Amino acid sequence: MTEIILIILGISLLLYVLLGGADFGGGILELISRGKASGIVSRAIAPVWEANHMWLILVVVILFVGFPTVYSTVLTALHIPVLLVLIGIILRGSAFTFRHYDIEEETPKAIYSSIFRYSSLFTTFFLGVTTGGIILGDITQDYSQGFYAVYMNPWLNWFSFSLGIFVVILFAFLATIYTLGETKEKSHVERFTRIAKYLIITLVVAGALAFATAELEGHPLFFEFYHSIPSMISVVLATIALPLLWINLKRNNRQMLRLIAGFQTTMIVLGWFAIQFPVLVKINDGVDITVQSSIAPRATQLQLLIALIVGVLVVFPYMGYLYKTFKFGEKTADEQKAS
Amino acid sequence: MDEFLAARLQMAVSLGFHIVFACIGMVMPWFMFVAEWKWLKTKNPVYLDLAKAWAKGTAIFFAVGAVSGTVLSFELGMLWPTFMEHAGPIFGMPFSWEGTAFFVEAIALGLWLYGWNRLSDKVHLYTGMVVGIAGVASGIFVISANAWMNAPAGFDWIDGQAYNIDPVAAMFNKAWFAQSHHMIIAAFSATGFAVAGVHALLFMKNRLEIHAKALTIALAFASVAAFLQPLSGDHAAKNVAKLQPAKLAAFESHFETQKSAPLIIGGIPDVENREVNFAIKIPGALSFLAHGDFNAEVKGLEEFPEEEWPPVPIVHYSFQLMVAIGMFLMLLSVIFLAGTYKWKHWLEKRWWMLLLVFATPLGFIAIQAGWVVTEVGRQPWIIYGIMKTKDALTPMPGIQYTFYTISAVYLLLSFIIVWLMSRQIKMLQSKYLKHD
Repeated sequence: MTEIILIILGISLLLYVLLGGADFGGGILELISRGKASGIVSRAIAPVWEANHMWLILVVVILFVGFPTVYSTVLTALHIPVLLVLIGIILRGSAFTFRHYDIEEETPKAIYSSIFRYSSLFTTFFLGVTTGGIILGDITQDYSQGFYAVYMNPWLNWFSFSLGIFVVILFAFLATIYTLGETKEKSHVERFTRIAKYLIITLVVAGALAFATAELEGHPLFFEFYHSIPSMISVVLATIALPLLWINLKRNNRQMLRLIAGFQTTMIVLGWFAIQFPVLVKINDGVDITVQSSIAPRATQLQLLIALIVGVLVVFPYMGYLYKTFKFGEKTADEQKAS
Repeated sequence: MDEFLAARLQMAVSLGFHIVFACIGMVMPWFMFVAEWKWLKTKNPVYLDLAKAWAKGTAIFFAVGAVSGTVLSFELGMLWPTFMEHAGPIFGMPFSWEGTAFFVEAIALGLWLYGWNRLSDKVHLYTGMVVGIAGVASGIFVISANAWMNAPAGFDWIDGQAYNIDPVAAMFNKAWFAQSHHMIIAAFSATGFAVAGVHALLFMKNRLEIHAKALTIALAFASVAAFLQPLSGDHAAKNVAKLQPAKLAAFESHFETQKSAPLIIGGIPDVENREVNFAIKIPGALSFLAHGDFNAEVKGLEEFPEEEWPPVPIVHYSFQLMVAIGMFLMLLSVIFLAGTYKWKHWLEKRWWMLLLVFATPLGFIAIQAGWVVTEVGRQPWIIYGIMKTKDALTPMPGIQYTFYTISAVYLLLSFIIVWLMSRQIKMLQSKYLKHD
């Protein structure tokens, strides 16, 4: 039973990275392309963004119901970066909606756009920093150690910041590939193809930087990957897919591009899961929090699982219908006129 | 500022902000559904315009409700980690169902808002229904989780640890039903009167058909809800009397245990001398309202050690305010129902429009007051009788700064939203005035 809950937790997190990530990346992409992408991003995101962000809620709910000590420990040690993520989420979601629904007027629209773009960047960066703090596991439960050691040290370090940068580039990359599939105009295709290439290169550099800074912080991340067979396979597969991505980018093969980018991201996330498991939160001066030590009692697990399975059975088909309606549906007359 | 106070205030601000958006996001889809249904039935384009105009406002409110709700799901753990660590596995079940319900709501709303040209009329109409039902369901789930804090059930508490957890019993605790119907009805009443108030103001300016139609739809919901609300409140109060006698005593500043206890209306509680000054007292009425018998004994605050008293004046004033507004809105609903069925000319009158304009914020003020009653009334407990709120507080110092930050963000957002709404209304007005 615990395994199934863990698998659903993993899938939710993965879907949040893939769908929510492309969505956060949309804002970053607008920033990189100096607003050139905003029309396409807006049209592509608007109908689905709220549903995309539900995956985060699902992750949080599974954590506090199923793994309550993970939830409380992480939110205590990483209170500050999580608070920054939350402020980013508020600003970003609001600004995006305001831009979409407020009446057409230049100055307010420009303000919403810039809040949306910068808060997308800001939120994504601190999501990465928070994740970095969890991976690094420099977390203490001895709250008498002073403010810096307890609440700053876990995330205010080179590794967490490198991971922040890595996630920013990853999400921007996802959004670029996604946006490429949404436009046929030649100048756009050329621009986004160019951006995608730059992003791929920087992504590889940022990945290397994350491994290097982990060593710097005394966390043998490379070693962990090397010694976990599934992690190693994930990394190798993600790397092998790189040339494929490059070729398809040249040929502008949209469906293949999305597939490969999604596959690579999945591999990165799975690689992380494999080294993280079964320790969920590392404690630097005490007993690590593992799946076994934090899982809720069986009665709770059973009810959680029932709710999740019913949820999956209802939500997945409905979500599919939503995507089908807006992504692959024929454009309506109005939209053809608009584009 | 004291850390504990800062954390409680941050929670209050976050919940108070979220509840307004949650209510509007839950109720508006029902109004939109009726407008769209009338459009399909009558083919009067005013209904279509109305549905679309409401949809724009709702989309804004829904989005802000969604992000502020996301924030809350983290804040619970950031401010009260000890509470969540123990309570999560017990009262988490309604939250996991709420997740599904809200997911469905978000998907359906996306389809509804952007699917006008992509879905058939019928599918589009019923998608609106799905939004409404999923919204109410997710509301009930969240309230059921809150009700568990008031009426903890489904576990044995031994030496600070929960054993024999039964999440189903926790979800269907003794307070879930009373709190749910009271809150859902409140949401319909508050949103209905708020929407009606805005349209009444616009109708007074220029008597456009769209505002008349909007008034009818909003008031139809609001008046039924406001009429039922005192009955629902009576049931909820009886429930509190049974489960949390100290809270009920604080509602009424009822200090001494007595038979045929008087209902205290208004007044200024003097906690030190354990009396209420300047209040109207109706003999035996509290006994009747709390236990259905004029001679029943009502437990006073004296039965409880003083350190387990909630802050009496805040709870007392909030309760009185909520009840007063509830009664006033019930009166409005009686006028509306009488106007609908008999004295039709009433509903065209200026005094009626002015009453509606006056009532615009009242429902939401009552909701805020009601949550103060529930939450402050439960203090000093976070889980009634089990865990004190101060023992659940995060060890992180400096919560006042997070409180200031969150408050500033929400205050700014509130101003922007009011401004956005006024712009939307202006646009709608100018569109119609150009037509004529």
